[in-house]
Amino acid sequence: MRIVVAMSGGVDSSVAAALLAEQGHDVIGVSMQLYPSTRDGDNAVARSGQATRADDDGTQRWGTCCTIDDLYDARRVAATLGIPHYIVNFESQFGEHVVSNFVREYVAGRTPIPCSHCNSDLKFAELLDRATAYDAEQLATGHYARIERDADGRYHLHRGADTSKDQTYFLFSLTQAQLARAAFPVGHLDKNTVRAHAHRLNLRVASKPDSQEICFVPDGDYAAFVERQAPEATRGGTVISAEGRVLGTHGGVHRFTIGQRKGLGLSSSEPLYVLAIKPDTAQVVVGPRDALGRTHLTASEVNWVSGAAALDWRTVSAQIRHRHDAAPARVRATGDGRAEVEFDAPQTAVTPGQAVVFYDGDELLGGGWID
Amino acid sequence: MRIYLDHNATTPMDPLVADRVAQAMREVWGNASSVHYFGQQAKAALDEARGAVAALLGADPSEIVFTCGGTESDNIAIRGAADALEPTGRKHLITTAIEHEAVLNTMKALGRRGWRVTTLPVDASGIVSPDRLREAITDDTALVSVMHANNEIGTMQPVAELAAIAHEHGALVHTDAVQTAGKVPVDVRALGVDLLSIAGHKFYGPKGTGALWIRRGVRLVPPMTGGKQERNRRAGTENVPALAGLGVAADVAGRKLAAEGARLAALRDRLEAGVLAGVAGAERNGAAGPRVPNTSNISIERVESESLLIGLDLAGIAVSSGSACSSGTLEPSHVLKAMGLPHVRTLGSIRFSLGASNTDAEIDRVIETLPPLVEKLRSLTTVGGRK
Repeated sequence: MRIVVAMSGGVDSSVAAALLAEQGHDVIGVSMQLYPSTRDGDNAVARSGQATRADDDGTQRWGTCCTIDDLYDARRVAATLGIPHYIVNFESQFGEHVVSNFVREYVAGRTPIPCSHCNSDLKFAELLDRATAYDAEQLATGHYARIERDADGRYHLHRGADTSKDQTYFLFSLTQAQLARAAFPVGHLDKNTVRAHAHRLNLRVASKPDSQEICFVPDGDYAAFVERQAPEATRGGTVISAEGRVLGTHGGVHRFTIGQRKGLGLSSSEPLYVLAIKPDTAQVVVGPRDALGRTHLTASEVNWVSGAAALDWRTVSAQIRHRHDAAPARVRATGDGRAEVEFDAPQTAVTPGQAVVFYDGDELLGGGWID
Repeated sequence: MRIYLDHNATTPMDPLVADRVAQAMREVWGNASSVHYFGQQAKAALDEARGAVAALLGADPSEIVFTCGGTESDNIAIRGAADALEPTGRKHLITTAIEHEAVLNTMKALGRRGWRVTTLPVDASGIVSPDRLREAITDDTALVSVMHANNEIGTMQPVAELAAIAHEHGALVHTDAVQTAGKVPVDVRALGVDLLSIAGHKFYGPKGTGALWIRRGVRLVPPMTGGKQERNRRAGTENVPALAGLGVAADVAGRKLAAEGARLAALRDRLEAGVLAGVAGAERNGAAGPRVPNTSNISIERVESESLLIGLDLAGIAVSSGSACSSGTLEPSHVLKAMGLPHVRTLGSIRFSLGASNTDAEIDRVIETLPPLVEKLRSLTTVGGRK
């Protein structure tokens, strides 16, 4: 079957492509160019892996993943595998669906997950469209996740076999139509096995480090990125206690996330954490760690992956961050694509803008955006 | 079988050229500047090639400087002329909006060094009007650089007429003839220019070869310093085997020119008519003529060229959108923009450029393949239902 593989230039998607090619599929490698590569009318090529900066002509250059170097890695892997490879330019779509949402969320005092939008709005939307145009039945990626089809033809999403690398958290918003066309060829492998395949096949990326940061903010300084992108939308404000006492000032709510301790600029006898962010009044509420715990949350734009919304309370394990151990909870749909979640025990730093994702064992039932 | 319709990007080497290069790589390895036997062999190969290139252009061999390609030829011509004329007080350069980047970015670089650069507009058919040059030129103008034919749309500029105007004001005239040499007759005297660039790989010669014709008496300051090769005009040991191949390519092209031009024009016209008739919302970009016989640039509504290119490649048909040098960006072609095409029409442009290998049957296949592909691309909706 003809399969388009989204190749980022990393080891996972490279091995995904390699395994499909070995199985005899008609594999087409496609890499998404998400950032500008050259300055207009000049020959200054962006250096990858470089800190975000604005060039003198005002264009932004970003990237730790899907940089030009990564695209070249993908191209060379494709050449090694003997498959065609194309770079598709999704700069404008990436800006529209992923970057602008990221900036908007931070300005609104929330902590966004751009990877989820990149998956559901770019890879399994725009790129899947391209795959359709090229007569490909499936779009494969290097995600650590597994898709299973039940007797009724419904698709179920399960955690990757390597639970330490599991990426289902970022895939919760995929629909049945998207899952029907998706393939995760390394989802049943652990990372060591993936690297072993890469070595066996002499892929140049076999020892390439995993990407860590959000790809378009390579230096990890999200606040500075937001300020460059939306200078007009960021303003300073006050840091207050839960009782409303002003403890200090800050340079903008986009600089904070729930549970943050560093960078508050406060001296206090006990460690203080961000408890809440109030964008309307530009206030950041801080307090002691034990005030961070919450048992209840609501979520919106909830996607029930395998179809059935939990109309009655359903026992699940719920995960509120990529690096959070899913905790026992109950969830129920409350209409309008919304849901509420009740944890058995308080969870630290429930953060608006992050996703809450519900699992039954290793099956991802659904998830939504924390209000 | 794959169909190659991207000859303006590059051409395969003619087998005679490849044979000559391979033979010379083994046997003619001397340094052409050496006094001894081996040097003489190399020098003889260069002389032979120089004669062939000169014959293709109606030039004298002594006026031909070998380079590594069109970009280098353009740089030597423009930078060399600018540096030579700077002491005269002339501080003005003129070019056109549809030049290749080798010219445009060289002009920009000189602009940053204090030269005043005027970029002449083109009309909707992609042609520079002599009137625009008359308005722009002054006695301060050092050099006018106008391409002979455009690489993206194939239209030919009235170079002879423009050159006459420039010369009335004492300016030098350069033309980038990379897309015409070997495709249509190029006669440096008839064009009346002072400097003319060509590239070997556009007419079945080796990549990494080119030439700059410098009219006798024109003085340049070579931008690259080094040895006295090429009569002091291009330093560096000559790539003799490749240049020997360039000579063969020039010779072959000259002999085939008339017949091949007519054959390609007929094929191209049939392809163009077939695509315009078969694809709704398709329009030719640029004037039907004067145009190099192998090129057709067509905009197709409501599709992006990038998708179209990939779809065609997967169907075994190699084309490009505009210039190969600008792939990897979605910037609309500066050529189509300069012609004043609406933005939407610049997004779905593809360039067919025909060459020696193309046959009637191949053209039929392209005419059959394109319409259903366009329809499929137009019918796409995002599976996620977001669009």
